[in-house]
Amino acid sequence: MSDKVKGTTIATGDAPAPAREPSRKERAWEENTLRPTLEKSPERQTEFTTISGYPIRRLYTPADLPGWDPHRDLGFPGEPPYTRGIHSTMHRGRLWTMRQFAGFGTAEDTNERFRYLLAQGQTGLSTAFDLPTLMGYDSDHPLSEGEVGKCGVAISSLADMEVLFDKIPLASVTTSMTINSPAAVIWAMYLAVAEKQGADWRKLSGTLQNDILKEYIAQKEYIYPPEPSMRLVIDTFEFAARNTPKFNPISISGYHIREAGSTAIQELAFTLRDGMEYVEYGIRRGLDVDQFVPQLSFFFNAHNDFFEEIAKYRAARRIWQKAMVERYRAKNPRTWALRFHTQTAGCSLTAQQPYNNVVRTAIQALAAVLGGTQSLHTNSLDEAWALPTEFAATIALRTQQIIAHETGVTNTVDPLGGSYFVEALTNEVERGAQDYIEKIDAMGGMVAAIERSYPQREIAEASYKYQVAVDKKEKIIVGVNDYVAREKPLDILQIDETVAHRQAERLAKLRADRSKAEVDRRLKALRKAAQGQDNLMPYLFDAVKAYATVGEVCDALREVFGTYEEVAIT
Amino acid sequence: MPEKKIRVLIAKPGLDGHDRGAKIIARALRDAGMEVIYTGLRQTPEMIASAAVQEDVDVIGLSILSGAHNTICPQLMNLLQKKGMQDVTVLVGGIIPEADIPAMKQSGIAEIFLPGTSTQDIVAFIHKRLAR
Repeated sequence: MSDKVKGTTIATGDAPAPAREPSRKERAWEENTLRPTLEKSPERQTEFTTISGYPIRRLYTPADLPGWDPHRDLGFPGEPPYTRGIHSTMHRGRLWTMRQFAGFGTAEDTNERFRYLLAQGQTGLSTAFDLPTLMGYDSDHPLSEGEVGKCGVAISSLADMEVLFDKIPLASVTTSMTINSPAAVIWAMYLAVAEKQGADWRKLSGTLQNDILKEYIAQKEYIYPPEPSMRLVIDTFEFAARNTPKFNPISISGYHIREAGSTAIQELAFTLRDGMEYVEYGIRRGLDVDQFVPQLSFFFNAHNDFFEEIAKYRAARRIWQKAMVERYRAKNPRTWALRFHTQTAGCSLTAQQPYNNVVRTAIQALAAVLGGTQSLHTNSLDEAWALPTEFAATIALRTQQIIAHETGVTNTVDPLGGSYFVEALTNEVERGAQDYIEKIDAMGGMVAAIERSYPQREIAEASYKYQVAVDKKEKIIVGVNDYVAREKPLDILQIDETVAHRQAERLAKLRADRSKAEVDRRLKALRKAAQGQDNLMPYLFDAVKAYATVGEVCDALREVFGTYEEVAIT
Repeated sequence: MPEKKIRVLIAKPGLDGHDRGAKIIARALRDAGMEVIYTGLRQTPEMIASAAVQEDVDVIGLSILSGAHNTICPQLMNLLQKKGMQDVTVLVGGIIPEADIPAMKQSGIAEIFLPGTSTQDIVAFIHKRLAR
């Protein structure tokens, strides 16, 4: 069942919403006050929808919450169903981590930007790797030509990783790494650096993105096929449960799904269902749900539609809590409580009039805060042109600091709780997401759904419909299809081929200095283990410590696991 | 005699997997009556040039967001020249610094479409360029 709203089609699922029965007073208002207004001056549009196409009513009243039970549906923060937040004091107790995604050029360049951002008051690190690293190629691989250091930092070996975290004590700086197919390899390098620093692994705090399912669905940085990729992911869960209790071995992501053009409901549904798939694979490995799931974290987008986003985060917590209890009989409250990082929507930022992006980012960030995020990255104004300049990255960080210290929104927990609109929208988003989750269950789970291209097709459809709406000016983007103005070019960050040359030199030296025999021996052991059932983390750790490169390790796994090619859906 | 449809190759060169734009353009051009072949991800310039020859296309649309355009584009333009495909209209869409555009146009790229371009503008450009 779908509603056609001004050319945008969204699926509302088959379950009808409960009947809306306005009170006598509301009906009187409609008759006596609303009707004369509409007769004199009609509304600006025949229909108002969220950015995802969901229709929004003129006014929300108690009639929009039939059967709503504040104890069951809202609850208290820090208690199931966690609608209001996962901690009882939320941002009064502790502000979200201000964790700006950063990375470009060489490890030295990125180390400098890391230390700059920390000095400016950010409270966590988040690492962006370049495309060769993301795809498991060394900086001097033929396919890396033109790509080295351009989208993130070039990391080809433990030696680069050591430089990356120079003067950064990993035991006390929470560190995220946005890496997927080679995540286990990069994590092994991170752990090796921590060991060299004398850091206690049990104290290490941070996150590995490591969410391969969303790669097949949206970001497309896959190397290996689904089954061996899932094996690698579960290996990291197992290893983390035993060795790094404060570290999140995964950041189950909706951000990229949304960036690929999905609606808010699709972002929510596919992310949570991905999460459930990981839980199921973990359980099948023999892991205790109440031991490993507390270390799984999530990552959502903060897009432009302010209230839809807030409803999305609140619905996320409620859906996850219920699923952990109903599907997996989890007993640990830390298993039930969904923890998430948020990034403001890169895809919403414009190349035109880029200073407008500061405003967009601020509003999006505010939605994430009001939605109860644990960690936040705010995009820079030059997002649509290049990686951030220091200037732009600073404004982005200040945006979070201003929200935290000047707006007063952190003075109370879940300020929008109890709003007829926000609670009704939270219910609707939850309902929509549950419909998708059930559909994917019926297909046999997320891996099965991916194999038949289901989420990929849904996303392609939603993204096309959105573009059509923008092209028709049914959706206005300020500075792009309206309020257009002539403008001067922006000063942007330039990265040239010197990074590639430095990396090539370094790799030549690395290969000359290390023991080739030892590297070969460890890669052989890795290949053998990959063919069997052993947890690969210890083998990866050994290989990277002997200075086997990212490319060498990933190639060893390519030999055993094979590679994946998608069926392109347009 | 029915007019021959415009044939377009939409390609994703390099390592980047962000294909939202490429897929939207492919579909929009199809909806506008063109024959569109989408190469899929991680194409080398060689693969793209070969596909262009094989599919006998009128237009090649490259989607590049990765910053690798200054490497990829010259390589492709060179290959097209070698294969006698210099009459093919080559378009680029994506994240391209304005400072790099003149050199790209000098190398024979017909137009560069930056974020915010409407699909109808791209369709119109192709029709005008091919005068059909």
